[in-house]
Amino acid sequence: MSRFLKRDLVILVLAAVVIAWANGDLEGLLGIPGWQSYGVRIINMCAINAILALSLNLVNGFTGQFSLGHAGFMALGAYTTALLTMDMAAKDRVFFMTPLVEPLRNLTLPFLPSLILAGLIAGLFSLVVGIPALRLRGDYLGIATLGFAEIIRLIIQNVRKVTNGALGLKGIPQVVNLWWTLGSAFICYLMLRNLINSSYGRALKSIRENETAAQAMGIDLFKHKLLSFFISSFWAGVGGGLLASLLTTIDPVQFKFHLTFQVLLMVVLGGMGSLSGSIIAAGIVTYLMEFLRIVEETHYWGSITIPGIPGLRMVIFSLALVLVVVWYPKGLMGDSELTAQGVKAFLGRFRKTLRLKGGRPV
Amino acid sequence: MILDIRGMKMQFGGLVAVDNLNLSLEQGELVGLIGPNGAGKTTVFNVITGVYAPTQGTITLEGRDITGMRPDLITRLGVARTFQNIRLFSRMSVIENILVSLHWRLGSSVFDAIFQNRKYRSEEASMRSRAMDLLARVNLDSVADLPAGSLPYGSQRRLEICRALATEPRLLLLDEPAAGMNPAESIELMKFIGRIRDEFGLTILLIEHQMRVVMGISERIVVLDHGIVISQGTPREVSRDPRVIAAYLGVEQHA
Repeated sequence: MSRFLKRDLVILVLAAVVIAWANGDLEGLLGIPGWQSYGVRIINMCAINAILALSLNLVNGFTGQFSLGHAGFMALGAYTTALLTMDMAAKDRVFFMTPLVEPLRNLTLPFLPSLILAGLIAGLFSLVVGIPALRLRGDYLGIATLGFAEIIRLIIQNVRKVTNGALGLKGIPQVVNLWWTLGSAFICYLMLRNLINSSYGRALKSIRENETAAQAMGIDLFKHKLLSFFISSFWAGVGGGLLASLLTTIDPVQFKFHLTFQVLLMVVLGGMGSLSGSIIAAGIVTYLMEFLRIVEETHYWGSITIPGIPGLRMVIFSLALVLVVVWYPKGLMGDSELTAQGVKAFLGRFRKTLRLKGGRPV
Repeated sequence: MILDIRGMKMQFGGLVAVDNLNLSLEQGELVGLIGPNGAGKTTVFNVITGVYAPTQGTITLEGRDITGMRPDLITRLGVARTFQNIRLFSRMSVIENILVSLHWRLGSSVFDAIFQNRKYRSEEASMRSRAMDLLARVNLDSVADLPAGSLPYGSQRRLEICRALATEPRLLLLDEPAAGMNPAESIELMKFIGRIRDEFGLTILLIEHQMRVVMGISERIVVLDHGIVISQGTPREVSRDPRVIAAYLGVEQHA
């Protein structure tokens, strides 16, 4: 046990040094400049997407409940964080059509309590949604949660006194940096890992495996589904809050169904029921989202002009999802986790294949 | 009397699966519930364990009315079951299957589990040693870390019984535990069931549709056909009852 802790500590310290470097914290101290803001931004997005994918995986992958309401809970978290961190002057600038209701107008909180409240409010709504919806199974639950997420979005769009309606919110203070995003992702990972490896996690997995048998073994299905849904939504709220602070601008259209779909893509690609898979897939998808921008730009190769097609990235992602589902239905990691042993075994197999292909005797 | 079923009727739309069933089990008894396919045996189990609420009648467990109670609560009151078609948590390991059954007794909260505090860790440790004990008693301790779905069929059946035992029942319901086994394996299994009854001080209600299999170990047999009890008594009495023979073999029609 103590050996593992020591190794974990070494990794943490190394990670902290890299974050400090990337974040530019070493510049004043040692004169080492931080990373370019574009790279930092991608890593911030990776971390936020990892939080979203991990939390959706808890419900969809580990508990086996098909939920499609993530975007709604993210919206709640994003609006909560935005409204609590903006100061009165910033709020007055944005709410020029309909003034913001009074207690909220004056209220400004530091970032951390705002972020926690964002998670709690998303969690609270998940109970409101979950108590009726979690009685449904399979596709019906998917449809119900999808509908609830859309209801949340439409409420946000129409309660202009609180949310500024379709105009959205601008000028949200950009508090987040790599420490916030990667730190939150790390805490989220630790929390879910401990939960899943605990007795509660086994109860959730037993519900995924066979509801009837789980209930016959004394598991309170409803309570455990609700627990999973609450924790998942809490982190969706936190992820939304981080996103709001990173982008500094939010509006209801951002939180349409396509956002849930994007997170679901990461979960399926990484493997339903694999935490490390979700993190890896969040990294890959976030990076590709940026990298594939070249397919949407116009290219000139000598006399040939290739016009960029806006939206082609999404076509590529849809194709990728189809291919994954056809050839790799379990995703990158299936339901196993990335371990040092696993990597070694994989590299061993890989080397063996290479040697066999080289025609030399093994 | 541990279990008492009075005037139980279970109707699905126009189909009466079980009609006016009266059945009581004494502490420590091993009773066989037999009957041809579709006689309503599994429905009786599903009503006792709360999967279905009966259309009529009452189920009393140790003097307490459990009619229509939720399945997980009935389990907590001391009724455990296995399933006709094995329903293990097949992607989870053998020991995890047992640990799930111990979960409802867990005193630690979710926060204790997330923070892995001392209280939780000591509870987890005692759960694991309890699970290993149970696995050792059914000779499955050597495969504790394998996925349950990878075990051979006979071991899966034993694991399912072991998982039911882990909920610490006083009444155990076994739904065709010998299904798909050859005669030698069936006899082996029946000996095993007799042994766990004595070791764990259980009352057992056993469904089987092969009469031979239950003859050896049941003290009493109840025969169900088309949802109605057509005969009950000792194995010897039941096997000579012309109504039972008719139900199994059909009645000769005189032209």
